[in-house]
Amino acid sequence: MSESNFAGRGTGVIHDIGYRHYDGRRGGRPQIRRALYVQSLRGVFGLGRAARTKILPFTLASFMVLPAVILVAVQMVMGSTTPVLPFASYAIVVQAIPALFLAALAPQTVSRDLRFHTMPLYFSRPLTYKDYVAAKFAGMTSALFILFAVPIVVLYAGALLAKAPFLSNTGDFLMALVAAVFLSALLSVIGLLIASLTPRRGLGVAAIITLMAGSFTVVSAVQGITTGLDQQGVAAWAGLFSPMTLFAGAQDLLPGVRYEGVAEPSTAGQVVFAIVLLALIAGGYALLSLRYKKVSS
Amino acid sequence: MSVIATEELTKRFPRVTALDRLTVEVPTGVTGLVGANGAGKSTLIKILLGLAPATEGRAQVLGMDVRTDGPAIRERVGYMPEHDCLPADVSATEFVMHMARMSGLPSTAARERTADTLRHVGLYEERYRPIGGYSTGMKQRVKLAQALVHDPQLVLLDEPTNGLDPVGRDEMLDLIRRVHTDFGISVLVTSHLLGELERTCDHVVVVDGGKLLRAQATREFTRTTGVFTVEVDALADGSDGTDETHRALAELGLPVERDGRLLHVTVDDERGYDLIRDAVDGLGVGLVRLQQRRHRIAEVFTKENAGV
Repeated sequence: MSESNFAGRGTGVIHDIGYRHYDGRRGGRPQIRRALYVQSLRGVFGLGRAARTKILPFTLASFMVLPAVILVAVQMVMGSTTPVLPFASYAIVVQAIPALFLAALAPQTVSRDLRFHTMPLYFSRPLTYKDYVAAKFAGMTSALFILFAVPIVVLYAGALLAKAPFLSNTGDFLMALVAAVFLSALLSVIGLLIASLTPRRGLGVAAIITLMAGSFTVVSAVQGITTGLDQQGVAAWAGLFSPMTLFAGAQDLLPGVRYEGVAEPSTAGQVVFAIVLLALIAGGYALLSLRYKKVSS
Repeated sequence: MSVIATEELTKRFPRVTALDRLTVEVPTGVTGLVGANGAGKSTLIKILLGLAPATEGRAQVLGMDVRTDGPAIRERVGYMPEHDCLPADVSATEFVMHMARMSGLPSTAARERTADTLRHVGLYEERYRPIGGYSTGMKQRVKLAQALVHDPQLVLLDEPTNGLDPVGRDEMLDLIRRVHTDFGISVLVTSHLLGELERTCDHVVVVDGGKLLRAQATREFTRTTGVFTVEVDALADGSDGTDETHRALAELGLPVERDGRLLHVTVDDERGYDLIRDAVDGLGVGLVRLQQRRHRIAEVFTKENAGV
């Protein structure tokens, strides 16, 4: 292009240096997958995007940490060496916050690309639908894990400051983190699957919040009633039908983890809960892949 | 060298055959792909990108087999879809950079090439504003930029002038021309406007009903005909010289058709210019125009269709 094409373009002079070819490195699928993962993870927290997109995730994340800080303060004041709340129980106690976080942010992770019809641009590049699903799932799961892990770290640090026994607390802390990985994967797959079905973000938000809050409320009510009727078995099995209570029952299988809920399953029941949890993650991931296989063809 | 080569390429869907034993070679340069809606253009692009399997036949892009080398092909090919595909809530810079990363470029290179490419397609200060506020012309430029940002060897442009006003259309066509002449990138561009392709393309491929109708260099389509157009001005005495000229040319035994002030003379050999010049010279009229008429792609297309 000649310089004259820029004439009258306003302010400064732009010196055209002509088209330059790119001879550098091209990363291929692994690097693209990683780049999409990092972009998705950052996107959940609004990093690298407009300031207003950061408000919601960071507000929810601070609500998530605040109770942990208070619990640590209580523990310090009481001078107790046992944590006020077991590390692994924390996520279940504050369950409404991760549910909101998932409902608000899973749709924006996947539905933007659907709503703006950007998918063909991804699939005209080396990555495949499998790479896309893997990167988005890993991004959302990591974001949720960070959400769960930070308050657990706060509780653990508080316990150590209160001179609680190091070994047993460290064991509990690590088990709580392991449990958080599974909880993050479960919520992530549920949220992404629902969100991927609609290009409309609002619909995705409403559907996820309805599922999370609705199932938890119904299961809690059923557990309350059946426990009142002295039907402990029914109450325990009812836990299978909400993501949070399912997770609570399954994580009891981990050594040293015990959630003191309304109705907890027996050891055999815990195995069933764990199998259902893993099956949900795997099945949800398979459905998500199927969904994007359809989008890519 | 051909950038695309297909051999008996066939794609059947349950109800319709989208491509029917299509054998075509697309050379380097700018090639137009013409066909009515449903002629199989989009299906062909999908197969070439390795996104959909062909039912039968083979296809190569940049020497790679679409069946086995999909990712490698897509690393070296850019694609600009026909429909809207841009997120409204991010800026052109952010979006094109993300797409550069999605092509495998490291982040520094992605940033540099994004700035370069947006400048080449003619987006300046506005590239920092959200795409939602762009005009159609600017959006088309962003779509082209994301297809070029990873420096492909070939770009597939699907109806790039759709929705543009005449000025925007001209600018886009110039840009497409420059993609080949200045950037050295081969182009396959689909359009249903033949006039556009005539101006922009070195070659034209015409498909209809999934079949190849014609594949030729544009200059073959628009080759010269034996028809000369002659226009003369008035004689010295003020009378119209056209009648005189008509008579003089007819006396030479040349078929002449009159069209207002224009005369269409058919001369089958090289002597056309000389014969007409000499005839007009002898009459003492001023020669205003003497040109050899060219075919237009549209004429060829209409004839072919009529014959099918």
